[in-house]
Amino acid sequence: MESMQQVVGRARAAFNSGRSRPLEFRIQQLKALERMVNEKEKEILAALKADLDKSGPNAYSHEILGVLRELVLAMENLPSWAAPQPVKKDLLTMRDEAYIRYEPLGVVLIIGAWNYPFILVMQPLVGAIVAGHAVVVKPSEVSENTARLVAELLPQYLDKDLYPVITGGVPETTELLTQRFDHILYTGNSAVGRIVMAAAAKHLTPVTLELGGKSPCYIDKDCDLAVACRRITWGKYMNCGQTCIAPDYILCDPSIQSKVVENIKATLQEFYGEDVKSSPDYERIVNKRHFKRVKSLLEGQKIALGGETDEASCFIAPTILTDVSPESKVMEEEIFGPVLPIVTVKSVEEAIEFINLREKPLALYVFSNNKQLIRRVISETSSGGMTANDVIMHSVVADLPFGGVGHSGMGAYHGRHSFETFSHRRACLIKDLRWEVVNKLRYPPGNMEVLHL
Amino acid sequence: NPYAGLVSHLRASWLSGKTRPMEYRMAQLEALGRFLDDKKQEILEATELDMGKPSFEAYFSEILLCKNELNVTLNNLCHWMKDEHVDKNLVMQLDSAFIRKDPYGVVLIIAPWNYPIHLFLVPLIGAIAAGNCVIIKPSEISKNTERLVAETLGCYLDSDCFAVVTGGVQETTRLLENKFDYIFFTGSPPVGRIVMTAAAKHLTPVTLELGGKNPCYVSDACDVTNVARRVAWGRFFNAGQTCIAPDYLLCTLEMQEKLMPALREAITEFFGHNPKESPDFGRIVSDKHFQRIRALLGSGRVAIGGQTDEAERYIAPTVLADVQPSDPIMQEEIFGPVLPIVVVANMDEAIDFINARPRPLALYAFSCDSKVVNQVLERTSSGGFCGNDTLMHVTLTSLPFGGIGNSGLGKYHGKFTFDTFTHQRGCLHRSMGLEALNAPRYPPYTQQKLGLLTAAFEVKRRGTCTLL
Repeated sequence: MESMQQVVGRARAAFNSGRSRPLEFRIQQLKALERMVNEKEKEILAALKADLDKSGPNAYSHEILGVLRELVLAMENLPSWAAPQPVKKDLLTMRDEAYIRYEPLGVVLIIGAWNYPFILVMQPLVGAIVAGHAVVVKPSEVSENTARLVAELLPQYLDKDLYPVITGGVPETTELLTQRFDHILYTGNSAVGRIVMAAAAKHLTPVTLELGGKSPCYIDKDCDLAVACRRITWGKYMNCGQTCIAPDYILCDPSIQSKVVENIKATLQEFYGEDVKSSPDYERIVNKRHFKRVKSLLEGQKIALGGETDEASCFIAPTILTDVSPESKVMEEEIFGPVLPIVTVKSVEEAIEFINLREKPLALYVFSNNKQLIRRVISETSSGGMTANDVIMHSVVADLPFGGVGHSGMGAYHGRHSFETFSHRRACLIKDLRWEVVNKLRYPPGNMEVLHL
Repeated sequence: NPYAGLVSHLRASWLSGKTRPMEYRMAQLEALGRFLDDKKQEILEATELDMGKPSFEAYFSEILLCKNELNVTLNNLCHWMKDEHVDKNLVMQLDSAFIRKDPYGVVLIIAPWNYPIHLFLVPLIGAIAAGNCVIIKPSEISKNTERLVAETLGCYLDSDCFAVVTGGVQETTRLLENKFDYIFFTGSPPVGRIVMTAAAKHLTPVTLELGGKNPCYVSDACDVTNVARRVAWGRFFNAGQTCIAPDYLLCTLEMQEKLMPALREAITEFFGHNPKESPDFGRIVSDKHFQRIRALLGSGRVAIGGQTDEAERYIAPTVLADVQPSDPIMQEEIFGPVLPIVVVANMDEAIDFINARPRPLALYAFSCDSKVVNQVLERTSSGGFCGNDTLMHVTLTSLPFGGIGNSGLGKYHGKFTFDTFTHQRGCLHRSMGLEALNAPRYPPYTQQKLGLLTAAFEVKRRGTCTLL
């Protein structure tokens, strides 16, 4: 068994050799990744089924489609992204060449999460490869089948020294974090985010932290409730609620609370049929620990819908809690499960105040026919990203940066934002050795009048 | 927590939304401009007291460059603040997808002593432009400037939203216990680590403008006179106390011989025969730094200068020849008016030498042959690069200024400062109609629906890649 130091050292040596830098090489590696995703589709879907009980079309659309899209975007745009960018010059630099070069930093560490275990390592990996780096990939050990598959597949398709995969749990990750990296992209929770950033601080390593929080969803009285609730139901219960940008809780006027419950109930029937447990499209909680955690959030709550659980299969039915108290446990931590609390508020002002009293969320949702109200909610709150009149969808717009703010994270990626995150923008000014006469203005002995020119 | 009250006061102002309207930000920025105009004389005097900063230099770096940044910002703020609309796919044609420029909230700017106005004011311009409330912590080492800023800045800026905190290491440590929404630090790598570690506790993003040893390679093919002037200017500006100063020179033995008289000539041209009497040459900021730099004079041999005067904290513009890589002067950032020359056999050896060391904030290469300049650029890594001159790349507001690796993370100047203090928020505003278009994404999941989704969301290749 090789030590972490050896693996990372080999990746660094491979980067220092310069071979990951030519654009042709990067495209070749991306093409190989594309082949891997297409050729091994069955295996990938099987791993996702084993880890999260996801059905084929579901897993394909949430994990594979996004990766293929990211690959195409990267391959198509690399030449223009990587091209030196000339900048506006001033009087003193008129005769010079002034531009920004996009350069790789070196060795990037990508730490994935278990909830979308394939795409959450692959999408950052694509970004790091396209930016010219060596990449150490550390998939989450909780989604062990996907981790094992990624560890098997990447060396079969990609340069073995440049893109090693390291598997393992907390001890392995802790050891990995003592090594020096040139950028770390971590997806996970805030508590571990702090640990990652503190470890990075020792080496002055820049970090991108994709964390989480409680993403609020405000439903205005003036909206098409049936449509709103269908969209919310989709985003909340996909992957059994284990989505970092799922609408975590609802804020709405007490007068529409029961209608919201009714509409969600009807949608759930449409999606999963009469018996949710036997629907092939409804997933399970990833493990017993999280099952127990989510289940405990139901204690003392008014269950308007669902509430059934089965520990043996880590099944928790799609659940709605009404008249939830802001001080209750379910309102303290990110739920990451199929439990939807509704907290009533009398106005949009109250909703905004409620949201602003809490940590900045990764996503924020508002449903309303009133454009003014939507604009107000956007302007008076802060969040990583947001969607109005839908959920989740801002994360699939290729050119929008995807990331958090405050406790929900720092930095962003996706598409060209990945390329920029993983690149050093090096300022370059190339002057001529002649034309000294212009420089004489700045040399001592200083003449103050000259400065006023 | 002695600063908790101040931070929560600023946070309350932040939450009130006061700093968001463009008019408010413009008014505060214009007030900053008036500060620079009204207090010009005081700034020149304070920096002269602090480190003997020549008026010409002080005007250039502390006033002129700051006003440039201010004007670029005032001229463009409206444009920078606007939502940036992005491309959408087929399914979203009726929707609005844009990047909203959100302020972070309450930010902290920690500034060093060497360009004591510039290095808090330029970040402050961006922080205000981006709509934040700001706590400014100037350096206690440049104590006259610190006093000036603490006493007068408040007369120009809204004290509900902008505050100056003074003090030393202890006070800064207590200040860092508080939660900020962004921390901008300029200083040394060891303190940079401390700041980032403190920031990690609150998950606060940071920009660290640090330093290192900026190499300066001079090839055999060059105009020796011009090289000497440009290098001497960059090295001796502010008595060498510049984070982007050329720290050491790499060249062949031949070039060292040629450069020496040219450097001597340039120094005399700039400062006269006795630089101690020149009003254009500065002093070392403190006794501690004076002693530190003086101790480094033992490396190699003194070819030019070498005189010191402890009472005045004067160190003459000095060039050391035949310096060995293992000499003390090659182990730390010099931050003084001493230029060591390390002899190398050729450009390849120079590049290897540079790459064996931590990545610097700036890198310089001089050659009449542009291929040589490009080789050095392409085969090395640094925060910024300037070919055939020193320092000048940071005066262009359209170029980002920042380090890499040990020399820092993040960047600023011009729009980059605004971007630094802005959270780029991805926003999608959808229509409530056209629900039929959403049908393929809902369970029950089928292959047919998947086909539709794929068609709607995939990005088609444009044809064969033009590179191959």
